[in-house]
Order: sequence, then structure tokens, then C-alpha cells
Amino acid sequence: MIRIVDPGPQTTVQDLGRSGHLRSGIPPSGPLDARAFVVANRLVGNPDGAAGLECTLMGPRFTVDTACAIAVTGADAPVTINGAAAEPWTTLALAAGDTVRVAAARTGVRVYVAFSGGLDVPRTLGSRATYLRGRLGGLEGRALKRDDVLRLLPVPTPAPHRTAAREAPILEAEPEIRVVLGPQADRFTAEGIATFLEGPYEMLPQSDRMGARLKGPRIAHAHGHDIISDGIALGSIQVPGDGQPIVLLVDRQSTGGYTKIATVGSFDIGRIGQVKPGQRIRFRAVDVPEAHRLRRTWEASLATAAGGPITTAPAA
Amino acid sequence: MALCVELGDEISAEVNTRVRALEFLIQSKGVPGVVETVPSFRSLLVYYDPGQTGYDTLCVALGELAAQTGTATLPPARIVELPCCYDPEFGLDLVAAAERLGLTTEELVRLHAGADYVVYFVGFTPGLPYMAGVPERIRLPRLETPRVKVPAGSAGLGGAQYCIYSVESPGGYWLLGRTPVRLYDPEAEQPTLLRAGDRVRMRPIDRLEYDAIAARVAARTYAPVIS
Repeated sequence: MIRIVDPGPQTTVQDLGRSGHLRSGIPPSGPLDARAFVVANRLVGNPDGAAGLECTLMGPRFTVDTACAIAVTGADAPVTINGAAAEPWTTLALAAGDTVRVAAARTGVRVYVAFSGGLDVPRTLGSRATYLRGRLGGLEGRALKRDDVLRLLPVPTPAPHRTAAREAPILEAEPEIRVVLGPQADRFTAEGIATFLEGPYEMLPQSDRMGARLKGPRIAHAHGHDIISDGIALGSIQVPGDGQPIVLLVDRQSTGGYTKIATVGSFDIGRIGQVKPGQRIRFRAVDVPEAHRLRRTWEASLATAAGGPITTAPAA
Repeated sequence: MALCVELGDEISAEVNTRVRALEFLIQSKGVPGVVETVPSFRSLLVYYDPGQTGYDTLCVALGELAAQTGTATLPPARIVELPCCYDPEFGLDLVAAAERLGLTTEELVRLHAGADYVVYFVGFTPGLPYMAGVPERIRLPRLETPRVKVPAGSAGLGGAQYCIYSVESPGGYWLLGRTPVRLYDPEAEQPTLLRAGDRVRMRPIDRLEYDAIAARVAARTYAPVIS
């Protein structure tokens, strides 16, 4: 059992999310940085989709009342166990009574904490992921608060000891994010597209799991910024009338009526999720075959990350 | 990954029926690699797994199905009856809307509750239905200043569209009344009530019945009439 002493600004239970419900207006949710999340699970001997914690800018402080293994990945944040520094991106064995603290991230935004067995919260629509705006899933559909208690699912085999320090991404100061132009790129002037690709755009503090709000050179529309509302893909970049782009993320609205200039490749969503408010990004256009190639490379690298998926899966 | 199939560039029953037909054809024929679909007024967003299908292969498969959407037969629509209280306490714009339309509030309620609405799609917020079928006589442009907060269950008119707010959210539609039925309940096994293609009818109720139904909704002993 885990008791939350201090939850941090926004810590939620996530698994790899729910699919099939966007047609009812319910987004997938799940981790913004899926790669870091999956690696954390593998480090504690869990299947990739076991439920763990996503923390924002600063992690939680918690105590455990049983021995278990944890791993901390994602943004670069100091980890301590009973006050002594501990390594991120590796399997950490905890004894009953240990207190873990994940402090403020030095670089990056989303920190992941996986627990051996995975967090035992009820499944809602097939998933344990929290969707905050819809008050759905996770622990009572909300972010964690002080004195929350989370249970772990049983672990049939002890966690392997693994390290994955080399999986820690290089969190660049000004990342280049790859996009496929469209579906409404024709609603912008040529200058508007050039402006968008020139950038740079600054991450605004009001960004969240629904969307990354950016500020930068104004993108000019050719004829109006409204369209007949249609579906919004993961990574869709809406440009409302003010010419400032919004990248729609895992907790996005299912449909919307603003022109979409481009879509961020799924392989770069995790990198966007690690951009701090005030940090800047640039966009680079790739074509569909190139996006597919980048996706395959990303999947191949994920397939072997941290020793690959755990095959002797604990009971879910 | 996802691609968007556009079946027209207008809000119309014909185009939206084709969108829903395409989704139905994908579901019933099972297109390899399709993970999830999201219908809207005039397009279908198709999420796919690039490990199972290629972009070009999928475009061909969807193109073939899109060509059949004009003749496909959709399964019969569900008819959902929603009780609605048109008291000005809930219908914050009822009096102003009636005045603007040159109707009495009774006539406006009769026209609104007398129509059959078709759910074109559900989206934006969980469980929110975008509906068509608003009688010509009661169409109004959207409010000039949207409200910051519209309570869940509010029945709103905006132009040729009708929606019922599923969660408390900002909104620019004229509010005529409120249903005590929850269109979105995160604690229910099936959290959303309506789906694309449903037909919705409003049944006017008084405040006493609203309270009685609201109590049953809270106790989870109420289910709307669906046929």
C-alpha cells in the first residue's frame, strides 16, 4: 500500500489509456510521454500497460507499507529514498516504511513512477487512466491529494533488476517537432505556413494534458479560421483567429471547429510533453511516408528499450 | 495515426448520413488496421495502426467504402425521449428567445418539444450531442456573448443546431430548458447516453416532475425511455 504524503502539483494515475470512446467525446488519456512510462514499467517487471503515476513539474512524496520495487523515469527530477539520493531510470527496491520523494524537475515536465504489480484502481471503460476534465478513471477521476492510499496488484515474480539510464532522453533546449501538414493547410497563406515552420513557439503555462498552448509569430489564415467542426487527431495543431497554435494532446476534445494547420507525429508527442513553460520549440514538416518511417523507427527502439517488454506478465 | 475522410463540405442530413454510413460499413466489414473512428458533421476521422495497414492501402479501402455510403442501409435509429423542464429558472433565454422570434413562450416550447432531432455526432465534451432538426420558425443566431458557465443538462439552440450540454462548460446557445437526465455520468458503467444517429424527442415536464426525476437520477433508479 502507498500513502501519499504530498501529491505534488498534479499527479494522476495513468495506464496506456482507453480507446474506442472518442466517438462519445471521451479521449484516450494515458501518459503524455508514453516511452518514459513504458520504460518505468519494464524496470519494475510490469507489463507495459500497468498503471503508474504521471507527475507534473514536481513529483510526490509517499510512503510504502510493504516491500516493492519502483522506477522513476521521464523528466530529470531528483529522487530520494529516506532522504538519500537514488537513481532514476533504474529498478529501486523499497522496504516497508520507506519514504520516497521526487523533487522539482530540473529539465522536462512529466515524471513517471512505476510500482511493481501496478496500481490497483478500478478500470473504467477498460482503462485505469485518469481523465481529469471528465472526472473519469484513475482514483475517483481526480488528481491525487494528501493522504490518498493506493493499493498494488499482486506480483507473482520479483521484479528484475534493470537499469535504463541510456534510455533517458536528451531533453533539448529548443526541440524540433516533426509534423505532417494538413488537414486544413490550404486554409492558410503561403506566408502563414512559412511563419509556422520558421517559429519558434514558446510553451505557455496554461498548457495541460488537453493541449499545449504556444505563443509566437502570428500564423496568417487565407480565408477565416472556422471550419465545420470535425475530429481532432492526437497531435492536431489548431490555429484559432489569434494565429497562435495549440497542439491537442491525450486529454483533447474529440472534435473542434478551428482550422488545423498540421499534425505532430505520434513519435514526437512525448517530446512535446516534456517542454517546460517558457521553453521554445520549432516545427519541421515531413511527408506521410517519412512520418511512417519515423514511427517505425520509434516503435523498433521502444521494442528493445529497457530490455524489451516483460513476457512473464503479472496478473492484471 | 489518423486520417480524415471528408464526405462533403456542408452541414446537412445527406452528408452526415453518409458519414455515419461509412462508420457503419467500417464496423460491419472490419477494415484491417482501423483502431477507432470519430464521426462529425461531414467527415469521419479514422485512427489506424500503421503496423497493420499502410496509408495508401487504407485510403483505397476507405475510398471503396465511401463510394457505397449513398446506398448503404443503416441500422434502425434508437428513439430517446428526454424529459425537459422549460421553467425560466432553467430556460435562461426562453423569454428573450420567444420575444426575438415573435412567439409566446408556450408556442416556443410547443415547437421545440414537438420536433424530432437527429444526433449528427457526439463530441467536444463527453456525451454532448450535436443535433439537427430545429424547426425553421425557431432558429436564432448564437448569443453574441457566450456564457462562461452553462449547467449540465441545459437544452440550447444555435441556428439550425440543437445541443444539450453534457457537462458544465462555456456555451453560446440560447438556453430554453433543462433535462434532469445525465447525458454524461462518469460513474455509470456506460458513461454516455446518446450516440450518433439517435433520434431525440423532448417531453415537457413541470418543476415538480423535474425534481422527482432528478432525485431518481441521483439514486440511479431512473432510465430514460429508449425505443
